[in-house]
Amino acid sequence: MEKPKPIFALLLLLNVLFASIEKDLQTQFILAAPGDTITVPEGIHPILGTLSIEGKHDLVIRGAGMDKSILNYANQDEGAQGISITNSQNITLENFTVQDSKGDAIKAQYVENIIFRYVKAEWTGGPKATNGAYGLYPVQCENVLIEHSVSIGASDAGLYVGQSNNIVVRYNTAYDNVAGIEIENSNNAKVYENHAYNNTGGILVFDLPDLVQKKGGNVHVFSNLIEHNNLFNFAPPGNIVGKVLPGTGILILACSDVHIYQNTIRNNKSVGTGVVSYFMTEEAIKDSLYNPYTADVHIYNNEFERWPGFPTLDYDVGKLLAVKYGRNTPDIIYDGMQDPENTHGLCIQDNEDARFTDLDIENNFEEWYSPFLSNFSEDMSPHDCGMKHRMVSTTKQ
Amino acid sequence: MNSILRNAWRVAFLLFISTFLFGGNPLKYAKPKLSDYGFFKGRMEDHRPVNGVIPYDVSAQLFSDYALKSRFIVLPKGHQLTYKDDGSFGFPLESILIKTFNYPADLRKPKENIRLMETRLLIHTPEGWMGFPYVWNAEQTDAFLEIAGERLDASFVNFSGEPENLIYSVPNFNQCKGCHVNQNKMVPIGPKVRLLNHDFDYENGTMNQLKKWSELDMIEELPPLTELPHTPDYDDPNDGSVAERARAWIDINCAHCHRLGAPGETSGLFLNIEETNSTKLGVLKPPIAAGRGSGDLSHTIVPGHPDESIMVYRMESTDPGIMMPELGRKLVHKEGVDLVKQWIKEMRP
Repeated sequence: MEKPKPIFALLLLLNVLFASIEKDLQTQFILAAPGDTITVPEGIHPILGTLSIEGKHDLVIRGAGMDKSILNYANQDEGAQGISITNSQNITLENFTVQDSKGDAIKAQYVENIIFRYVKAEWTGGPKATNGAYGLYPVQCENVLIEHSVSIGASDAGLYVGQSNNIVVRYNTAYDNVAGIEIENSNNAKVYENHAYNNTGGILVFDLPDLVQKKGGNVHVFSNLIEHNNLFNFAPPGNIVGKVLPGTGILILACSDVHIYQNTIRNNKSVGTGVVSYFMTEEAIKDSLYNPYTADVHIYNNEFERWPGFPTLDYDVGKLLAVKYGRNTPDIIYDGMQDPENTHGLCIQDNEDARFTDLDIENNFEEWYSPFLSNFSEDMSPHDCGMKHRMVSTTKQ
Repeated sequence: MNSILRNAWRVAFLLFISTFLFGGNPLKYAKPKLSDYGFFKGRMEDHRPVNGVIPYDVSAQLFSDYALKSRFIVLPKGHQLTYKDDGSFGFPLESILIKTFNYPADLRKPKENIRLMETRLLIHTPEGWMGFPYVWNAEQTDAFLEIAGERLDASFVNFSGEPENLIYSVPNFNQCKGCHVNQNKMVPIGPKVRLLNHDFDYENGTMNQLKKWSELDMIEELPPLTELPHTPDYDDPNDGSVAERARAWIDINCAHCHRLGAPGETSGLFLNIEETNSTKLGVLKPPIAAGRGSGDLSHTIVPGHPDESIMVYRMESTDPGIMMPELGRKLVHKEGVDLVKQWIKEMRP
């Protein structure tokens, strides 16, 4: 008779242990009382289904460190998130990693006061359309803090805050995502001292139609390092973020009251900073309450730097820029679609080494794909609004 | 002496564990075994209800991997449901909804060789509704509370005579609320006027369920039956047009999330049966946060083209990052997919 192979016994044992960790964590999440701290043990723990936290308050979920406590969802067969947190208050997540979830890594919805600190969301197989959409994903939340966290490989946005209010996103790192950091239909956001690199787009500020929270505003993006965001766009087609040009540093889409300052924006090959209306997406607008224009956008005291090189040729706008400007694509690109009902326009001041172009798509709309017929304006002076902008100093903690 | 000491320790330990586990938490509203509630007389697995435990069914059912379901409602003595204008009911405290999931060995013989999988209780507690999953033992003599859910191997022969095997998921306590939610509060889904407004075979004859409940004095002031809506049974071609039955399927399978006030609202896709705005229903609507759920397609519904519609793509998937609904499904509901496809195919642009 053949002797039983020890490897099978080991696998079986591991299986039992792992299964119990998943069930154990889920049980603790269900039974947690206010004030509890739940520990994510050290080690790599295979998890098969979404772990959910629902209707809790004053809870800390804490691991032994981003690279020590790892929840691995490679074999997930149930649920669209790694961790789901809903209808809760005062939730802190820290010091652990969610790996290879089939959908979003950590989604928080209807949560008041949520903190992500030293949390990593990653897909380990490199940038792929089959990766989950969002890394850290608070949506419809109040008072969000994401700090010292990391996102790698999200097929939509790595650190994404949507339809939320009062937001701080700081000291984070995002790379290999389609969008590094995205603030969407959200109010009162401060995004600072983050490092967004090697994404398709570094930092996006979007207002999209057909959503419950209609409008964002008072968004400040400052003192970030946004560089080499030249990754191919691997978002599954059909998603709005799939329209972001590879080589985008910052993109402001259909928002108003947005402030971009003191950032270092370098070597993003297509669009250093773009300010565009929803018309650029070429999607129909059916939401009567939606404002597709940009307005009241301030870009000042940023440092732009760009290696000579062609922009992306995968997209029509990229081709247009390539034909028009060759290897010297301008840093700030505006589609010229100012909100006719808002007197505050695009304000550009005191940016180091910034070059500008206004695509003026309203007048060039029929022929704007033809660089020979289109009239672009490189004159920044109409956008000098003569405001005195305050310099902000920040200290990394 | 020694053994007394040992037992004292054991009791102390258990006390400590139970305070630790159960102090101020939802478990105080649940009993450890299904039999503890006394819903059924005779053998538990036969589900013969005692007085006051009323069987019912709903005209359109949530698809749960082809599991069959039996449902019962229990109201506290002397209390009634109150009818609300939106067609739902107000439930008195301590109301309990009971739903048992089972697989017959062969779906074509639904009453034979039945294996009970789980029984879910929805209990109206002073802290709101709470959902408690009970998993049946192998002997099928009782079911036991599994707050963190369970995975069970299941197999059956499908309508085409082919064997199906799956890992059946019993939802955990939190997942119950994932579906049963409205404005952050947990709510029942099934017992609504429009889903109850049809005949049911009672032990002493067939009768409209709402009429029966009125006769049993379970409802306070129900409007005349003729004024109340009826959701079609999507499986029955004689119970409404393709569009009506497809909307019934989508309502019961999707709208618990895809509705204002429920988690799917972030997408702007509202699929409740009352919705009339075609964009909100998904017609030529681009996805918002679908990720790879979009399947390289541009719109939720493309009239005339089911195969270009994200809705169909996600209904046909079993990949957890793509499929819809997100929970409670490992298999594709082929008949439901066919119905929704036909509806989209016949839809005029």
